[in-house]
Amino acid sequence: MSPDSAPAAQEPDPLPTHAPPPGLIALFLAFARMSLAGFGGVLVFARHAIVDQHRWMTADEFNETFALCHFLPGPNIVNLSMVFGSRLRGIAGGVAAFTGLLLPPTLIMTVLAIIYARFGDVEVLRRILAGISCAAVGLLIAVVFRMMTPLLKRMDVVVFILMLGVFTAIGVFRWPLQAVLLVAIPLSIGVTYVMRRKVAA
Amino acid sequence: MSSENPIWALISTFGLMSLFAVGGAAAAVPEMHRIAVDVHHWMTDKQFADAYAIAQLSPGPNVLIVTLIGYAVAGIPGALAATLAMCLPTALLAYYVSRLLNRPSQSRWPGLIQAALVPLSIGLMAASALILAQSTDRNIAALLLTATVAVIASVSRINPLWLLLAGGVLGFAGIV
Repeated sequence: MSPDSAPAAQEPDPLPTHAPPPGLIALFLAFARMSLAGFGGVLVFARHAIVDQHRWMTADEFNETFALCHFLPGPNIVNLSMVFGSRLRGIAGGVAAFTGLLLPPTLIMTVLAIIYARFGDVEVLRRILAGISCAAVGLLIAVVFRMMTPLLKRMDVVVFILMLGVFTAIGVFRWPLQAVLLVAIPLSIGVTYVMRRKVAA
Repeated sequence: MSSENPIWALISTFGLMSLFAVGGAAAAVPEMHRIAVDVHHWMTDKQFADAYAIAQLSPGPNVLIVTLIGYAVAGIPGALAATLAMCLPTALLAYYVSRLLNRPSQSRWPGLIQAALVPLSIGLMAASALILAQSTDRNIAALLLTATVAVIASVSRINPLWLLLAGGVLGFAGIV
């Protein structure tokens, strides 16, 4: 982080990076909206809203925040709401985002549970679901691609190899997650450390 | 159902499970199945499969399958207890870790560690995309739909909801 600490006024970045931080109600509503739009996973919608729509975070900041939540236990996107909200507005912001993310869909889910207990047949739902899940996978691929773009722009070969390595180990060889991470995390930290020292020198 | 208070059983089960659920809710589904169907007999196999489908189909984080399990065990209080037990403890943990990592005027290790996790995180997500695609894209039409959505969502800023709706309509019509 040391090289970019000095010239705060003259950022070379041409894009408008940050919008002013939102209020608590705006946070609650934004997370409620992305949650209610989030069929088949909220990440796609969270990134769309936070990075593209509201510009509350840059693509890189989003990647780092999500990566942290990804490697902590628990549902990633729920962790993300708490971490993201609290970074902008302290613990109250975290709670606002957390509640916005969970309250509306929990209510909907409870209503669905009651309906299911009454009628118990979801055959038509399942057919619709098949179509939705195909589209949801497509969206996931797109979000992976978009999260990759800041890395692609830097043309960082080592980072690329690490990413490809994890993808191959888990996706193709189906090796157990814990074992892969046990090797990959120290390796990646070591590599990042060495590269930053080189940049600083 | 056991003789102990079912609400406490839900809270302890999902609270504990969430602390070991590294890699997201999708990674915890097999474990949920084991506990809800095989260990506690809260649901039948079919009920669990339906719950999974409903959780995927409805909006919100997919982890909310626990809301349905909770409802099956103990009605509305069960639904709320299971949801909070699964989501709140780890969210608080994430809050504290993130605050620790972002405290100003510390060493550069926190930033370095976070940056080092980024490529691994993206690699993992790419892997789950591949695994999911292998289970959903069983025919050419489905594969085409996935590919089309991936391209459209990558190059445009269209609201993803429209793409999901299109998928739902195609599924309802029996095309994919």
